[in-house]
Amino acid sequence: MARISLKVNGQARVVDTDPETPLLYVLRNDLQLNGPKFGCDLAQCGACTVIVDGKAIRSCVTPVTAVQKGAITTLEGLGSTKNMHRLQQAFVDEQAIQCGYCINGMIMSAKALLDANPRPTDSQIKEALAGNLCRCGTHVRILRAVKRASGQKV
Amino acid sequence: MKMKTVELSRRQFLKGAGALVVSFNLFPPSRGVFAAQFTTLPSGDIDPQSLDSWLAISPDGSVTFYTSKVEIGTGTITALAQIMAEELDVPFDRVKMVYGDTSQTIEQGSTVGSRSIERAGPQLRQAAAAARQELLKLAATRLGAPVERLAVQNGVISVTGDATKKVSYGELIGGKRFNAKITATGSGNDLKVAPEVKAKNPKDYKIVGQPIKRMELPGKLTGEHIYAHDVRVPGMLHGRVVRPPVVNTEPLSIDPDSIRHIPSVMMIVREGKFVGVVAETEWAAIKAARALKVTWSQPTTKMPANSDELFAYLKNTKPTRTLKPVDKGNLAEAFTKAKKSYQASYRWPFQMHGMIGPSCSVADVKGDQATVWSGPQGPFRTRATVAAILKIPEKNVRVIYHEASGSYGRMSTDDCAEDAALLSRAVGAPVRVQWSRRDEHGWEPKGPAQLDEVKAAIGDDGKLVAWDFVDYGQPWTASGSTPLLASLQVGIAPNNPGGSNGTQSAGEIYAVPNQKIVAEHINWHFPEPIPLRTSNLRAPGDPARCFASECFIDEIAADLRVDPVEFRQRHLAENKRGSECLKAAADKAQWEKRPSPQPPSSGNIAKGRGVAVTQRANAYAAAVAEIEMNKSTGKVVVKRIVCSHDCGLIVNPDGVSNQIEGNVIQGVSRALFEEVTFDANGVTSLDWKSYPILKFTDVPEIEIVLINRPEMPALGAGEPSIIPVPAAIANAIFDATGARLREAPFTPQRVLAAMKAVGQKS
Repeated sequence: MARISLKVNGQARVVDTDPETPLLYVLRNDLQLNGPKFGCDLAQCGACTVIVDGKAIRSCVTPVTAVQKGAITTLEGLGSTKNMHRLQQAFVDEQAIQCGYCINGMIMSAKALLDANPRPTDSQIKEALAGNLCRCGTHVRILRAVKRASGQKV
Repeated sequence: MKMKTVELSRRQFLKGAGALVVSFNLFPPSRGVFAAQFTTLPSGDIDPQSLDSWLAISPDGSVTFYTSKVEIGTGTITALAQIMAEELDVPFDRVKMVYGDTSQTIEQGSTVGSRSIERAGPQLRQAAAAARQELLKLAATRLGAPVERLAVQNGVISVTGDATKKVSYGELIGGKRFNAKITATGSGNDLKVAPEVKAKNPKDYKIVGQPIKRMELPGKLTGEHIYAHDVRVPGMLHGRVVRPPVVNTEPLSIDPDSIRHIPSVMMIVREGKFVGVVAETEWAAIKAARALKVTWSQPTTKMPANSDELFAYLKNTKPTRTLKPVDKGNLAEAFTKAKKSYQASYRWPFQMHGMIGPSCSVADVKGDQATVWSGPQGPFRTRATVAAILKIPEKNVRVIYHEASGSYGRMSTDDCAEDAALLSRAVGAPVRVQWSRRDEHGWEPKGPAQLDEVKAAIGDDGKLVAWDFVDYGQPWTASGSTPLLASLQVGIAPNNPGGSNGTQSAGEIYAVPNQKIVAEHINWHFPEPIPLRTSNLRAPGDPARCFASECFIDEIAADLRVDPVEFRQRHLAENKRGSECLKAAADKAQWEKRPSPQPPSSGNIAKGRGVAVTQRANAYAAAVAEIEMNKSTGKVVVKRIVCSHDCGLIVNPDGVSNQIEGNVIQGVSRALFEEVTFDANGVTSLDWKSYPILKFTDVPEIEIVLINRPEMPALGAGEPSIIPVPAAIANAIFDATGARLREAPFTPQRVLAAMKAVGQKS
């Protein structure tokens, strides 16, 4: 076990954990941030996506020690039901959810995309989300929600 | 077999293990802010004849409805809330739903088969109508006016013609019990609630029929919604199950030294063939489950080693049951006299539910009582299976529902709740079990393979005179209350031969004078559990049967050089809704009337269009698919799907559209990409690389035609529209190339082989 310092959603946090632990389990179990979801432990589905220093990463395969110096943003860091981020609000407006288990990954991948490219084309959005799986088939609405959040006509 | 546990270390784990995020009163259930308490029956169930079991009104006039139907991501709970708010005349935003808690809700059957709106809708509507009637009686006394002179608006009852005389629901009964009896007979889906109470005329609906936004959706977007995976209870430990590598093997030995080096691991649990580990932290449990050295016995039996062996097994094994939903006329005579006969067979592979979030449950077993937090489609089924594996009475088990990942039938089989119960009992503390991706892909019960053989004949008038359809499929042996994975491993024997994989979408929509449809149930004759367990997968059996029947119809139309829509319509004259649904899709797609296939194209990219239609559980769906395919690689791209849909009265048009979009996309995915691979030992599709599903870059344009029938009962929309999609795509491939796909999924390899079979150069 080791004491590890992290910066999560703008706050300094200290956890006492096995240094091999993937970031996902630290966020969920030690910090009670339920936004990032466990999906595969293989970086194949995107459900666990968080943003570290502006980049969307898969927290299920990222050891917690690898992000000690980074600024970590989770879904909770974007907004709450009382004060939603424009991406979250766009997903409400488009009703772009069915079960919602993958949605953390969709929003965090989209956030990283829009931060780097504020007005992406449809195919750029598709490419940016191609590593995020959705079983319910909400893809069309998710694409519209991301486009809406970017201020473009849907 | 007696439970054997090996303790590695025991710390003071109950002290300060993790922060509390959600906490619940375990027993007995309480109704929080409401003064009302449930009336429970000797079985421990809530009394359906008590109006207070269905709803409670708080002093501020907000209303809480109780239902055992659950939100599985399809919008069912929002739609049920609309139905009840409508009937009670309260604003939608004053409605709260409590669902899926076995100690707070009445068993209304599992949330399966697109039947929740159809079955639970009327139950809840009538309960709300009965409550409204009671409220009117109370108001009549309070306001000194007869019920006939009272009107209700937004939860306020007033005297017609005297606006000063009014009283709100909250003032009338807020925080108090109705103490009223209503009639309720039957059980589960067949429960009949207060049928004598007159409900509203659908033409007066203001809330039903509106595209109201989903109730639970904002919390899902911010991490505030508590999924089953997010439940944490005080003192909770983390468990993982170690599954056998092959069919029904048992652990011969377990080496504790293999995991002794991992800190915080607390226990290895073995019970019969079931093996699990428990640790203080999730990561330690994962590491321990991966590292634990178990020597497994050699399996006594090998499964079919590949898909050819599987389909031979389906064809050559004696059925355990034969269903004959349609059997009319004289087929033998019709075939003899016919102008021309046809026959073909079609194969459908094992496919996965493929939940993005693998199974997860928390159980807390204390003596002969258990509380389970899980995401089953049937909470009462989980109550029964957990009680059975723990050998305790059902009324001693409380299942508290939290949504799982979109499950499409997977959570009819709540395996993980049993795992958590066994581990919790062994360790004496609450245990959370999370299946790994490998566990889920390898051991989820799957949608079974199907072999469909069809024969048909044409008369002199160019119409079908004979239709002979045989579906060789597997019943679901891992669904509902049949013993689940851990049960089988601890030695609880299977208690039935499995549920039916359905019989619809086999051509019964068409009027054919001599017609037979048969579904043969072919069970596995291997010791349980086997990795290719079978269960209900969205629209069970229908996409495969529709693929066979609707492609076969297409083959005949092509042989006769008749337009595929026109040929179908010839046989739909007696099925008005089916005919209109097909026409709606064709019109929206601007279907060009001509036979398939179209003349060969010169370039490397061929384009085609195809159609299919189906009827299921009195709902209809038709799809037109437009595809492009690369003739040299065989890769098919679905460009556009137009889907028409008739599910009777539409409760929430946006909810129905969302379901149709999801069905279409899942249908494209299952048609193009999805096939469980296996060898004689087990499943080999153990991750998303070996079992790919549709990605954003494969998404087609989707256009929907909603056919609303307010005069009809509301039917489910969760399944019908996936059914015609694979058939429409296969027919579009035929239209583009003349190549006929008779096995799904339509991989480049299969497309190239089909092109070769008809002499097309790739």
